[in-house]
Formats: sequence, C-alpha cells, structure tokens
Amino acid sequence: MNFYNEMYDAQCGVRAHYKGYEDWLKATPPERIERKRAEADLAFHRVGITFAVYGEEAGKERLIPFDIIPRVIPSAEWKALQAGLRQRVKALNMFLWDVYHDQEILKAGIIPAEQVLNNAQYRPIMKGIDVPGRIYAHITGVDIVRAGAGEFYVLEDNLRVPSGVSYMLEDRKMMMRLFPELFARHKVAPVQHYPDLLLEKLRAVSPNGIGNPTVVVLTPGAYNSAYFEHTFLAQQMGVELVEGRDLFVKDDVVYMRTTQGPQRVDVIYRRIDDDFLDPQVFRADSALGVPGLMQAYRAGNVTLANAVGTGVADDKSIYPYVPDMIRFYLGEEPKLNNVPTYMCRKPDDLKYVLDHLPELVVKEVHGAGGYGMLVGPAATKEQIAHFRQLLIAKPDGYIAQPTLALSNCPTFVEEGIALRHLDLRPFVLSSGECVNMVPGGLTRVALTKGSLVVNSSQGGGTKDTWVLEDESC
Amino acid sequence: MLSRTADHLFWMSRYIERAENLARLLDVTYQMSMVPQSEEAANQSWSAIIALNSLEEAYAAKYSAVNGENVLKFMVSDADNFSSIHSCLRMARENAHAVRGTLTTEMWETLNFTWLEARGRTFEQLNAGGIGEYFEWVKTRSSLMRGTTLGTLLQDEAYHFIRLGTLLERADNTARILDFKYHVLRPHGDEGATDFYQWAALLRSVSAFEVYRKVYRDVITPDRVAELLILNKDMPRSLHFCLNGVIKNLDLIANRQSGETLRQGGLLHAQLHYGRIGDILEHGLHEWLEDFMDRIYLLGDGISKDFLVPMAEAS
Repeated sequence: MNFYNEMYDAQCGVRAHYKGYEDWLKATPPERIERKRAEADLAFHRVGITFAVYGEEAGKERLIPFDIIPRVIPSAEWKALQAGLRQRVKALNMFLWDVYHDQEILKAGIIPAEQVLNNAQYRPIMKGIDVPGRIYAHITGVDIVRAGAGEFYVLEDNLRVPSGVSYMLEDRKMMMRLFPELFARHKVAPVQHYPDLLLEKLRAVSPNGIGNPTVVVLTPGAYNSAYFEHTFLAQQMGVELVEGRDLFVKDDVVYMRTTQGPQRVDVIYRRIDDDFLDPQVFRADSALGVPGLMQAYRAGNVTLANAVGTGVADDKSIYPYVPDMIRFYLGEEPKLNNVPTYMCRKPDDLKYVLDHLPELVVKEVHGAGGYGMLVGPAATKEQIAHFRQLLIAKPDGYIAQPTLALSNCPTFVEEGIALRHLDLRPFVLSSGECVNMVPGGLTRVALTKGSLVVNSSQGGGTKDTWVLEDESC
Repeated sequence: MLSRTADHLFWMSRYIERAENLARLLDVTYQMSMVPQSEEAANQSWSAIIALNSLEEAYAAKYSAVNGENVLKFMVSDADNFSSIHSCLRMARENAHAVRGTLTTEMWETLNFTWLEARGRTFEQLNAGGIGEYFEWVKTRSSLMRGTTLGTLLQDEAYHFIRLGTLLERADNTARILDFKYHVLRPHGDEGATDFYQWAALLRSVSAFEVYRKVYRDVITPDRVAELLILNKDMPRSLHFCLNGVIKNLDLIANRQSGETLRQGGLLHAQLHYGRIGDILEHGLHEWLEDFMDRIYLLGDGISKDFLVPMAEAS
C-alpha cells in the first residue's frame, strides 16, 4: 500500500511547508534533540500530564508520548478543512434539533426513521426541549484522516464528550519551551486562546439569557482517564471543577455546595456520559451524577454542554447519512469526504463485508476509543473468524469500511526517525450561528510500526499541530 | 469555594505538616540513639514513637521486636502504615490531585515531584544514603511547599484553609511531643536529674534549640522548655503561635454557621494569650496538654462541620 507522506512528496523532495522544519532538524545536533526529548519527558511527568488506563491497576497513570516533530498543515489546506468542519457541525446540530422536534428528515425519508428512533443513543426525554441557541453539540471533536493521494476524510464525529484538547495545548506549550527558535522562524497560528473561546461559548448558552452565568466543569473524578484535562480546562477558564456530589437540585434549580452555602449553577460543561448524569432518569446505580438534574434541565434552569442525546448523531450507524444531512439542511454539497461505509444491517452490504473481511476495518456501531474493532489486514485468522461470528450473530451492531491508507509522518521512535501513521482531531465550538475553532487540533500518531490505531489507550502518541499562516518561510 | 475543594486543601496541608513533624521526631530520636545509653533506654525512645502515634497494635502485627531499624522502616516507608511518612506524602499528593486546578502550577509540581521522588525509593536505598539525609529532604520539601504557597498562591479562601490545616496539625504535633517527652523525662516530677541531651533533642525536633538560647540566654530547664513551646507567641511551632494563626484564618473564612467554632477557637487562644506557665504546671502539664489536644480536635471537627462537609441543602 502507498501512503501519503506528510513531510516528503513522492520524489522524496521535502514539501514546501516542511522545508523550514527540515532545515532546522538537519542543522540541529542529535545530542541536543536527545537532551530536549528527555527534558520533555521529565516535564510532562512533573506537571502530571497523564491519563489513567482502564483495565490496569486502579489509579495508575501513564504519560501520553509526545513527539517533537510537528504535524504541519499549510494554511490553504486548513482553510478548506475549516470550511468543511463548519458546514458539517452546523448540519449535525440542525439534525439533532430536528430529531428531537419535528423530525422533518425522517418524514422526508432521507434517513430510515427506525435507524434514529430505535437507536439506543436516541433520548426520548429530549423531545420538545428547546435548548438555548438550538445548539446540542457545543464542543465537537471531528476525527479526520488523510488517505490515498492526500485527500482528507472524516472518520467519525465525536459529539458526546470529546477529549484531548488539553494535549493539544500542552503540546504547543512544550514545543515552545523546548524549541523557541522554531517559532521565531515559522508563523505558527496560535491555539492558546482555546479556553477563552470555550468559556465565551459556554457563557453564550446560559439559560434564559442570564447575564453573568455561573459556569462549572462536571467531572466523574480523579480516577477518570481524562481527569487531567478536566482540571486543566476548569483552571484555564477560571471556573469550578465539580463532581456530582458537589451539586444538588432544589425546586428545579441546580446549586453547588460551597464554604459560604449553596450557590446557583447555570451552565454545566459536563464530562460525564448521558447514562451517568442523573440516577433518577438514567442509570440508577450512578454515583457520579446529580439526582434531579434532568428535571432542572427540562425546566430550562440549567444548560448542559454538550446537550443530552447527542450520541444519536455520532453513532456509526448514522455516520453514513451525514452527507445527506448537509444537503437536506443546508442545501449544499458536503465539503468534506465521508469514508465509504458498509452497513452490515443491509443484507447486500453484509455479504460483501463477510466476503472481504481481510481487507476491511469493522467497527462496533456504539464502540469508541479503538476498542471492539477489527483491522482486517493486521488481524490474525482467529480474529477474523471471531468477527465473522459476531457479524452473523448481530449484523446491525457493526459497520465496515475499506482500510484507509492513513498518511504518515516522520516520528521519533526507539530506533531513530521512522514513518508512523497519524490522524487529526480539530475541536469545533458552536453557539448560535457561530461555529469557531482554533487552527489545527490534536494530532495523534500510532507509535507501533504499521499500526493504524492512534488512540492513546492503544499506545498512541501526540504531535504538536502547526497551521502555518505564511508559507513563504 | 466548593466545600469539597476546601476539604482537600485542608487535608493536603495537614498531611504535609504531619510528614514534616514525623521526620523531625524520627530524626531527633535517631540522633539521640547514637548517644551512649543502655539498650533498654534506646528502645524505649523508639517504642515511644509508636505509642505517640497510637500504632502499638499495627506495629506488633508486623514486628516482634522494637528497635531502631524496625521502627524507622515502619514509620518511614511502610505503605501499609497510614501514619508513615510515605503514606502522609501519598495522601497529601492525592488530596492535591483532586483539586490541582485550585493550586498554582508551582505548588502542584512541587508536591507531585515530592511524591514521585518518595515513591521511587525503597527503605534500603534511603538507609544506605543515610536516613538523616532523607529526613532533611522531607523537611526541605515541606518548606519548599510552604514557600511556594506563600510565594504564588492568591491569599483567598484556598490559602486560609491551607493555613488552617497546617497550623492545627502543627499545634497537635507540638502538644503531643511535649506531652510525651515531658512525661518520659520527668516521670516523677524530679527536679534534679535534667538530661541536657534529651531536652536539647526535644527542642531541636521543633527547631527551637537556638530559639531557646536566644529567648532565655540561660541553661535549659524543663519548665522553660514547656513555656517556650506553649506560650511563646513568636516561636513558629509553639501552641500560642499556631492558635494566633488559627483564629485569624477562621475569622477570614467565617460563614453564617461558624460562630460557635470561632468562639471555641477564641477561648482556647485566650488561655494561651493570657496564661502563665506556673499555673499550667500547677494544674498538671499532662492534664493541661490532654485537654488542649481534645479541644484542637474539636476545633478541627467544627471546621469540618461548618465548611467542609457538604452542607445541608436548604438554607
């Protein structure tokens, strides 16, 4: 398979937007690079930029490996991506409003009604709730890959509680600390205003237009895998980081318990899944949530970001319909490509998938985090046989896609610099008519040779992502 | 501020202070153990440490003999012993981790690094490098944390709760050490046999040896040691000094339900502010200190009820 190389073209010439970095890399003594890499490791440990890994010893924390070769995106490419992301996220929010109100798109037959209404992620409790600004996904993490000859594809939309933005910010901070000279030579678009932008968006969706809303970040607690990010964002925004037990609901209003008595809460940036939000409505055994929260939400006394029930729009069974959503709601042609997707619930698709398992990537419809998927070309015979059984037993639980030739980029690994595959997760912020994002996003890189799975839980690392404002350098 | 946040800050600082005081006590006992003495006397000082922390049972479950090496191992790096320095640092770090967004970056890094270093060393490694050096390190890290707090943290509620934790813990520790040593050194109120080295060690354990010289310019007598550690308002580890800080900070965080706790703190403070050592000794030092420690405990309990435990929903 041929892979698109982010740094070099097919003739092994360095791409224009990487020229400055490559010159620097060639001119910098390897000992200095080695020293800086060790420095970065120590700094990440000291700052405690770690994540917990599920299934390992409780409370164990691991570093996400950070690579010092940045992922560089020329500004023209970024502008095109940005326009596509705006369009896509706008349509997804309109879709969510629609399915919880008049369901025009279902009536028009664009998406089979049962695909939406029988979806486990569809939350009937949201029907008829008028969320402020008609925004459901205030924060969206869109996973984008580059494949083939260099064209971008959307791999999935994350509309529930997308994480990783703190690594984007810390990676930039680290890069500037280690190699300030690189930033003098390149006009790298800044990203550090993300928390300000986020706070602005959260304040803009306060219930009943409350002028000076109290915003909080709701975390499952210190043992959650993304806890570092929760504390980071709360601190950067200057708002309280609360756990469920810090909140209570009285007369449909949410309060937090403070040393000076109860204080009203207006906007909750929640980093807890729907299922755990309110034991009175969702999972009764959840100790993470707040009893009565949904009642306060329905009464319009508190805004949840993201809204409840967004999962129905990023479910892998709905993903194939996103281009149609864009056409339906916006009357535009999609600017970003979807990956061709086989829906195994369709008999013809299933047959094709079963006949071509060694070439395909099979994903669980409700899966996330790189768990429960089959990468055909990398799988053993036993794994393929196992998935064959799963597919036959429960075809509507799976989709399949061709194995994309993910682009790669030179990356520091044990044996030196080698090519590794990567993806990109921009973070898209919505409120009312405005859809904004900071340039770039989080670049994740699969550190295992040949691996196409970039998730940090599966041994992925990260790179600083540069959108160059001026390519002349 | 969130009640839970205040709770974590309060306990973070208590555990740091506890680790430091423990290092001080162990250090002094270790140094004293090198002064020529009978084996019985030496082991008595070591078992005193176990008794001081009410750990007789937990210790007996692990070791049959009380001696320097066992007690050090148990109190320095035993992860199963919740009162060991290792455990105190872990608890301090865990509390900080839960509210790291409230701490300044410098504070968090200081404490996190302390824990990472402490976690990475076995007792054998510590002992090989000289256990005294380790105690110095613990004290230095505690000082660094205190300094970083003073130098970087906004002096709002967070700061007041941190100070409260530090000062309450310190008052309790100083009272405990004094009670214990006074008891051991003067079991029968015997005026004659003052052991200079033992009293000097007690003073050193609270960094008060030079202070004593400066304040009294005279030989060391037990009554003055008691006076210095209880009533001197300027000595940073004295009970009076601690209570000064406690009521000052309590005043700054006052809420609608904290009046009674503030009053109790004020009463205790008044005893120190207007008290005389003669009266205290006449009353019986041991009884007086026991009463003091009870009231410190109640004060901590009051703070917990007024501010830290999630409050009743209605108000």
